Amino acid sequence: MEKQLALQMKGITKRFGPVMANNRVNLDVYRGEILAILGENGCGKTTLMNMIAGIYYPDEGHILIDGQEVAINSPKDAFEHGIGMIHQHFKLVDLFTAAENIVLGVEEGKRYNLKEVSARVGEIAQRYGFQLDPDRKIYDMSVSEKQTVEILKVLYRGADILILDEPTAVLTPQEITKLFAVLRRMREDGKSIIIITHKLNEVMEVSDRVAILRRGEHIATVNTSETNENELTYMMVGRRVSLNIDRTMPVNAVPRLVVRGLNLYNAEGVHVLKNISFDANGGEILGIAGIAGSGQRELLEAISGLQPLESGTIQFNNPKKDRPVTFFHKSLKRVKELCAEGAFHDRNMNDVSFEGLSNGAIRKWVESGDVLFREDEVINLRDKTPLEIRQLGVHLSFVPEDRLGMGLVGNMDITDNMMLRNYRKGPHGFLDRKKPRAQAEKIIEELEVATPGVSTPVRRLSGGNVQKVLVGREIAYTPKVLMAAYPVRGLDIGSSYTIYHLLNRQKENGVAVIFVGEDLDVLLELSDRIMVINGGAITGIVDARKATKEEIGLLMTKTGAREAVNEA
Amino acid sequence: MNGTGRKDRREPLIHLSKRDIISPWKAWGIRGIAMFLGLVVCGIAAFLLIEKLQQNPGKIGDFYYTFIRGSFSTSRKLWKFLKNTAILLCISLALTPAFRMRFWNTGGEGQTLVGVLASIAVAFYFGGKIPEWLLLILMLAAALMAGAVWGVIPALFKAKWGTNETLFTLMMNYVATYLVSYFLVVWVPNGSSSLGKLKFGKLPQIYNEHLLIILIVLLLTGGLFVYLNYTKHGYEISVVGESVRTAKYIGINERKVIIRTMILSGALCGLAGYLIAAGADQTVTTNSAGGQGFTGILVAWLGKFNPLMMILTSALIQLLNQGAGQISQDFSVNNSLPNVIVGIVLFFIIGSEFFIHYEIHFRGSGEKKAKGGRLK
Repeated sequence: MEKQLALQMKGITKRFGPVMANNRVNLDVYRGEILAILGENGCGKTTLMNMIAGIYYPDEGHILIDGQEVAINSPKDAFEHGIGMIHQHFKLVDLFTAAENIVLGVEEGKRYNLKEVSARVGEIAQRYGFQLDPDRKIYDMSVSEKQTVEILKVLYRGADILILDEPTAVLTPQEITKLFAVLRRMREDGKSIIIITHKLNEVMEVSDRVAILRRGEHIATVNTSETNENELTYMMVGRRVSLNIDRTMPVNAVPRLVVRGLNLYNAEGVHVLKNISFDANGGEILGIAGIAGSGQRELLEAISGLQPLESGTIQFNNPKKDRPVTFFHKSLKRVKELCAEGAFHDRNMNDVSFEGLSNGAIRKWVESGDVLFREDEVINLRDKTPLEIRQLGVHLSFVPEDRLGMGLVGNMDITDNMMLRNYRKGPHGFLDRKKPRAQAEKIIEELEVATPGVSTPVRRLSGGNVQKVLVGREIAYTPKVLMAAYPVRGLDIGSSYTIYHLLNRQKENGVAVIFVGEDLDVLLELSDRIMVINGGAITGIVDARKATKEEIGLLMTKTGAREAVNEA
Repeated sequence: MNGTGRKDRREPLIHLSKRDIISPWKAWGIRGIAMFLGLVVCGIAAFLLIEKLQQNPGKIGDFYYTFIRGSFSTSRKLWKFLKNTAILLCISLALTPAFRMRFWNTGGEGQTLVGVLASIAVAFYFGGKIPEWLLLILMLAAALMAGAVWGVIPALFKAKWGTNETLFTLMMNYVATYLVSYFLVVWVPNGSSSLGKLKFGKLPQIYNEHLLIILIVLLLTGGLFVYLNYTKHGYEISVVGESVRTAKYIGINERKVIIRTMILSGALCGLAGYLIAAGADQTVTTNSAGGQGFTGILVAWLGKFNPLMMILTSALIQLLNQGAGQISQDFSVNNSLPNVIVGIVLFFIIGSEFFIHYEIHFRGSGEKKAKGGRLK
């Protein structure tokens, strides 16, 4: 059957300053099909769609709807042409009900009749298989329900062409299955669905055709049934990429970070961490899975000393057993105290006693390296500031989710960003930029950071390169615990695999790695154990080698199951 | 909306897009053009407002010449220009550490004024009773202290309760002004509230009475440049300014940095006050700071908070001020005209920043390129 053209884009070009976001892109969309737009972050997918939705105006090129050229100057124009876009970040009024949000801004020339609206919304919902109560308030809704409202909003206005920008990023596997079922029904109804994504398995699962963009250029449009993931990756990245993460078995995994009964209330008084207890082992990657905003960020910030805790303990086991005592992070007084507690032994396993020795003699003895720790050093991290944690000699690295707002300073160059961790070094008030610069150069070389030089402000770098700088710095700090929150978010495939590789290397070096991820496939491939949290509580800790995606998906939405911690 | 209506829709007449990077040459070119346009518009405004010019339009050349003459026609004017630039620069420098920290200190006026007041108070009470050198040191200490106190009060409130520093520092200006009025009444009981020039507490002269001030400020410029760019304190200021969250993440106590930096900022304003009191005026009025606390914000901002660049911007602003003053004198117009002229030029210079950050596209420019592309 000959398909009918709904939308055509011809020679669309859009520039942002010197950046070519889209370069003469041609794209056809038919009625009754699901078209996936595939491409890495920054390849111009969203920009292209924003031009159809009336948010940007193309610098060059033409847009045709039903064979007729149109100019779309605003989202309102787009609606008039039957185009609706569901953005990644929802645009809803929290205090309104679903029906109120849906009708907001619709001009029908008469007073709103909410009952009628509710009925019509219910009808649309039923037709496509959505489950939604139109009279519920938005603030009561889950992320997936909010997305449903956004889609209904667009359908209510009579959209025939729906654009969904990364709709699955915030959903659990079960919710994704449901969404896809709805999309298929809309397709049967003759609607055109455009879905922006960078996840290959979803493309294969749901789309009829795939358009691949790379660096603003349209590479090809292929039929999904005639392609495979490897071919798509090749077109998307432009070179062959191995999509394997080699995971080694943990060697000699001992608890490095012991967290017990953590409770945290945020500034608004919301109970964001509920009785969190877990161990992070050295030589192991502990994955953390959960719907965005389930307390992942707060947990990592609490461990690194950025959140004041209500209750609980965080204990760090410094692997010092049979290693020499140093003054590096301890005062002479502290060393004497520890000695009195019997914490040290000498090379012949005999107890060390400083009795009758002068301070000078003690210093000399300790510095000779013959005074050894009897056990691993146990350090309490509760209620310590990040600076105090560092001064205690705890090498705790943290790659925060907000790279340029927290981990790095966007306007500073790479050298100055290297210094953030250790600018205090040195006896006088002046900065020493020599070592940080050498370190910056080393990271640029080893991690292949694409940058004009060490004195380029990091905000000028692409997302992947920014992340390499941040992760590189945190690893250069020789961590014992490395926490990374969404370290591959927004990164291209190549950079993502560089980061996975780096995390794996740290694990092999005996570091306790905590990895907060959103892609369950990656979490399952990379982690040794996966801890799932929902609403600030642990709903399960599972063995990543045995668990399935569905199992984790269920744990992600499980409620009131704090006791169900099955240690793997 | 019917079918023909769709076709009638046209591309918007102009649309803006943000520039990513702009070469420094282009940026300075834009600023240069803006300044030129500003001066042209000034000429037009002058022509409309000054009767002498209307009667003799040929004199428009004189108008621009007078601008320059205001600062350079005699060596006295030149030295006055240099000294005034130095004091303006000093206040701008004082504000810079706070601005780099994104602490919008609009209280330079008050901090400078209390510096003047403290210096003069010391000179008033101790002048003639102790050796002049000791008096000068005490005056300096009092000025630095007073400025620092004026600066640190808003900082303490900001660090403790998160109050808005812009309003707080602004209000402190009025407190300073009324404090001066109060002391003038106390010191000058005869009701004129005008304290004459004091006999004691005058900075020693090198070559002439201005050079020492200029040298002090130049030294300060270099020192502050080093402090902001090459010391740990300066680094902390930048980090706190860029992102408080980053500062917390790496363990910088941002409250401490805010308080420390505002002590510095206030104390340097106090120093400017001292230079005004001991170096130039020898007296205090409610107008001793003369609005330079506000002009200083402009100087610092135009100079991108870079002390070395601020030498140029302070000179530029002073040049405009003095030139405009000369114009009102030579063309016998009232005192408001200089403000109009300076305002016009500044409007263009500040407005040019918009064109540095944004690019403007006109309807049709894209189409032409597209057609050209197809011909290839």
